[in-house]
Amino acid sequence: MALEMTGSYELPVAREKVWEALNDPEMLKRCIPGCEELERVADNELRALVVAKVGPVKAKFKGKVFLADLDPPAGYRISGEGDGGIAGFAKGGARVDLAETSVGTLLTYTAEAQIGGKLAQLGQRLVAGTAKKTADEFFQNFAAAMTETAG
Amino acid sequence: MNASTVTPIGAPVRRKEDKRFITGKGRYTDDLSRPGQAHAYFLRSPYAHARIRTIDTAAAAEMPGVVGVLTGRDLAQDGLGGLICGWMINSKDGSPMRAGAHPALAVDTVRYVGDHVAVVIAETLNLAKDAAAALAVEYEVLPAVPDLAVAQAQGAAQIHEAAPNNTVFEWELGDRAAVEAAFAQAAHVTEIDIVNNRLAPNPMEPRAAIGEYDAGDEAYTLWTTSQNPHVARLVLSAFVGLAPENKLRVIAPDVGGGFGSKIFIYAEETVCAWAAKKVGRPVKWTCERGEAFLCDAHGRDHVTKGRLALDAQGKILGFQVKTIANMGAYLSTFASCVPTYLYATLLSGQYAIPAIYCEVDAVYTNTAPVDAYRGAGRPEATFLVERIVDKAARELGIDPAEMRRRNFITAFPHQTPVIMCYDAGDYAASLDKALEMADYAGFPARRAEAERRGKLRGIGLSNYIEACGIAPSAAVGSLGAGVGLWESAEVRVNPTGNVEVLTGSHSHGQGHETTFAQLVSARLGIPIDQVTVIHGDTDKVQFGMGTYGSRSGAVGMSAIVKALDKVEAKAKKIAAHILEASEGDIEFKDGRFSVAGTDRGLAFAEVALNAYVAHKFPTSEIEPGLKEGAFYDPTNFTFPAGCHVCELEVDPETGTTEIVNWIAVDDFGTVINPMIVEGQVHGGIAQGVGQALMERVAYDGEGQLVTGSYMDYQMPRAEDFPAFKVGMTETRCPSNPLGMKGCGEAGAIAAPPAVINALADALGTQDISMPATPAKVWAIAQARVTRQAAE
Repeated sequence: MALEMTGSYELPVAREKVWEALNDPEMLKRCIPGCEELERVADNELRALVVAKVGPVKAKFKGKVFLADLDPPAGYRISGEGDGGIAGFAKGGARVDLAETSVGTLLTYTAEAQIGGKLAQLGQRLVAGTAKKTADEFFQNFAAAMTETAG
Repeated sequence: MNASTVTPIGAPVRRKEDKRFITGKGRYTDDLSRPGQAHAYFLRSPYAHARIRTIDTAAAAEMPGVVGVLTGRDLAQDGLGGLICGWMINSKDGSPMRAGAHPALAVDTVRYVGDHVAVVIAETLNLAKDAAAALAVEYEVLPAVPDLAVAQAQGAAQIHEAAPNNTVFEWELGDRAAVEAAFAQAAHVTEIDIVNNRLAPNPMEPRAAIGEYDAGDEAYTLWTTSQNPHVARLVLSAFVGLAPENKLRVIAPDVGGGFGSKIFIYAEETVCAWAAKKVGRPVKWTCERGEAFLCDAHGRDHVTKGRLALDAQGKILGFQVKTIANMGAYLSTFASCVPTYLYATLLSGQYAIPAIYCEVDAVYTNTAPVDAYRGAGRPEATFLVERIVDKAARELGIDPAEMRRRNFITAFPHQTPVIMCYDAGDYAASLDKALEMADYAGFPARRAEAERRGKLRGIGLSNYIEACGIAPSAAVGSLGAGVGLWESAEVRVNPTGNVEVLTGSHSHGQGHETTFAQLVSARLGIPIDQVTVIHGDTDKVQFGMGTYGSRSGAVGMSAIVKALDKVEAKAKKIAAHILEASEGDIEFKDGRFSVAGTDRGLAFAEVALNAYVAHKFPTSEIEPGLKEGAFYDPTNFTFPAGCHVCELEVDPETGTTEIVNWIAVDDFGTVINPMIVEGQVHGGIAQGVGQALMERVAYDGEGQLVTGSYMDYQMPRAEDFPAFKVGMTETRCPSNPLGMKGCGEAGAIAAPPAVINALADALGTQDISMPATPAKVWAIAQARVTRQAAE
C-alpha cells in the first residue's frame, strides 16, 4: 500500500543549525515518535528501532536508515526500511529541503512510503491517517526542539 | 405408527438443527478442545512475491511456552507432498495444464501476501504470536504480478517456473468455425466487456482445525471445517502422504457456512494434522477474520470479452467468448474446473444458440488462490449471457423480456453446443410468472412516478440456468476430474424402528438434518424425530463426496432413496414370512406392511424388531438385521433455472441504489421443504446483490490486499433488501428418482445480472461494472444529467 505525504515548517533557526540537527542521531531519536534506538553505523547509515502503533496493531520495527543526495545545508534524501515481524513491513523515504527565509529556515518535505502485510490490511484510511499523524508529530517535535535551541 | 405424524415431502417443517444452533449448543471445531492441546499461529508473508533467503527459528524456539517451530523444510524432510488441484485441464494444443508446486509451508519462495512461511506452536495463541514475532526471516523481494491484465505480458515476473507467461492453460470449448460462419451472416453483433469481480467468501464461521495423533494407534484425527471430510482424507492420504486412510479420521462437525470456501484442502489443516505428531500434542488453529480475507480461496475474478451474433429479429445465431481467469498464486483443489467445465458449459443459458465458441486462459498472479464460490463458474456464465442478451435487446429496440422469449429453448431434451444436455425445463413459464408477480406492465407508470421524486427507476431481468447435481462420474472423469462424483448413503433401522441415515454429503447450513429426515419420514411412515441424519465423520460414514454444486439433494438424497428401496425390499421379505404370505402380496403404505386385500399387517417398527430378533424367518435365506447402503451415480447434471426480476431506484444526487422489489421464480423440480428452499434463495440473492453492488477484493500494485477487513470490504445487510417475493414453477427432473434439481446457488447466480440490467435500465448506459458502488453510480448519473442538459 503506497502512501504519499508532503508538508512544510517554518523554523526560527538558521539553516546551518537545522542541517546539523537533521544529521544528528540523538536529535532525530528525540523527535521520531516511538524511536527507541537510533545509532550511526556508517557515514550515511543508521540503525533504528521504532515502536509503531497503528489501530490495533503494535509492532517493533527494526530497520536501517540511509542518508543520500546530501547537499549541505540545502537538504538531503532520507530513506529507510523496517521489518515489523508479524505486523508486516514499512519502507519509504523523504526528500527534505531547507530554504533560508527572513525568520530562519523553511523546511519542506515530500515523503512516500510502502507498507505491507498485516499493516496494509488495516486499510488506507487508518494507515494513511496514522502515517500523516506520525510525520506531523516528527516535524512538530523537530520544530519545537529547534525553537528551544534558538531560544 | 400413526401416519398423521409423518412429515410429507413438500411440508415446510422447521429445521431440526436450528434448536441447537440458536441456543448455543452447536459444536463447531473451535468449540472443541482436546486434552493437552497447543495452539498454532502461522507466520505469513508480508510480500506478494519474495525469495526466502533464511528463516532463523532459534530465538522463537526459545520463547516462553513454545512447543515447536516448523517450516517448509521440515515438511519436505518428512516427505510430505504439496497440495493438489484435482481436475486436469488440457490446453487447445493437447498439453496438460502447467501447475506449479504448492507446498503447505513455503520452501524457498512466497507467492502472495498471506502465503505460509512457518508455523509456531505454543501453549497459548498469544505465546505463539509472541514467538512468531521473534522469527527472523530474510526475504529477497521479487517483482510481483498482482494484476491479471499484465500477468501474461512479455517481461512480466514469472510466478512458477512450470508455467511460462504465468499461463496455466489455454483451453477452448465449442466450434470456432461454426461461430465464425454465424458472425458472417449476422445482421447485428453485440459486444460486451465484463470484469467479474473477485469476491471473498466470508462464511460466518472462519476455518479451524485440530490435529491429534494417537501414538498407541499410530493414527491421526483431524477435526476441521470441511464441506467434504472424505475428500479431505483422500487428498491428505493419497497425495499429501500424511497417513493411510485407515490411520486418518477426518471429522467435520457443525460447520457454519462454506459457500465453497471449505471444499478445499488448505495448508493450515494439513499442517495441524502433521504437526500433532511432530510436537506430540494436539494442535489447534482457528482462522482470524483478517487471515480469512488473505487466505480463504477467493471466488470469480474473470475478465471477459463476449460477442453475440444476431439476425434482424433478435434471434441469436452465434456466441463467441474469450475469458482470462485469475487462478491466484497456486492452483487450489478444484480451481481449474471452475472457469472451464463449470463455466463455458453453461454459456447457452436458457437459449437455443446454434453455435458457441469459448476460449479460457487460466493465469497465475501474486494473489490468494481462486476457487469455487457459491455457483462456481455458473454465475460468471450467467452474468455474461444475461448482460449481453439484455444489451442486444436494447440495441435492437426489442423489449428484454420479448428478446428472451424469442430465443428460449422450448423442446427437451436439448443438446447445447457446449456439452450439456438439458433434460427438462419451462423457461417461458418462469418468465411469465415473474413478469406477472413483478407487474412488469405497470413499470412505466412506476418509473414516471419515481422521476417526479427525482429518482431514476430501472427494472432488470435475469433468466439464469445452472448445472447442479454434480455429477455423472464417467462424464466428469472424461473431462479430467480426478474423482467420481456419486454419493453414498446408509440407512440403519434400529430394532425399535427408529432410523439413522448416514450420508456422504455434508450439511453446513443447508438443513440436511431436516430435509433428509423428512424424506425418510415420508417414505417409512415414521415421525421425523425418529430419524437422525449422521454426516461429517469418516469413521462413521464409509465414503462420500461432500456438499457443493447443489448436489446434496439430487445426488445425496437419491442415494438415500436407493438405500430405502433396499430396506423396503428386505422388510417386505421379512414381513411376508411373519404374515405367512407371499412376498409379492405384501404392500407397504403409511408405515405399514400388509397383505394385499386383507387387514393383516405389521407396523414398520414391528418388522424392524423382527429383523433383529430373527426368530420368524429362515436366516439361511434372509440375513438378520435391517441396514442397507447404496451408492448413487447420477445419470446427468440437473438444470435448475428461473427468472429473477430486480426493480431499483437510483438517487442521482448520492449515487445510492435502493432495491425496491425483488421477484424470484425458480424451477427446482421437486421441493422437499419449501421453507428451507426459500431460505436458500434469500441467502443466494443477498450474496449476488453483494457482488453486484458492494463486494470486491482488491490488491494494490505491489500485491498488498487493500480490502482485508470489513472496514474496506462491504458485505450486504438486511437493510439493503426489500422483502423478497419468491415464487416457484416446477418441471420434474427426469434424471433422478425424486425429480430434484438443487437450489443452493440459484440466487447467487441469478442476482448479479438482474441488478446490473436494472441499473443499466435506470441509468441509460450499458457501461456499468461490478460492484456498482455509489461513487460509480453517482458519476454515471451526473454524466447523464449533464448530457441531458446539453441536449
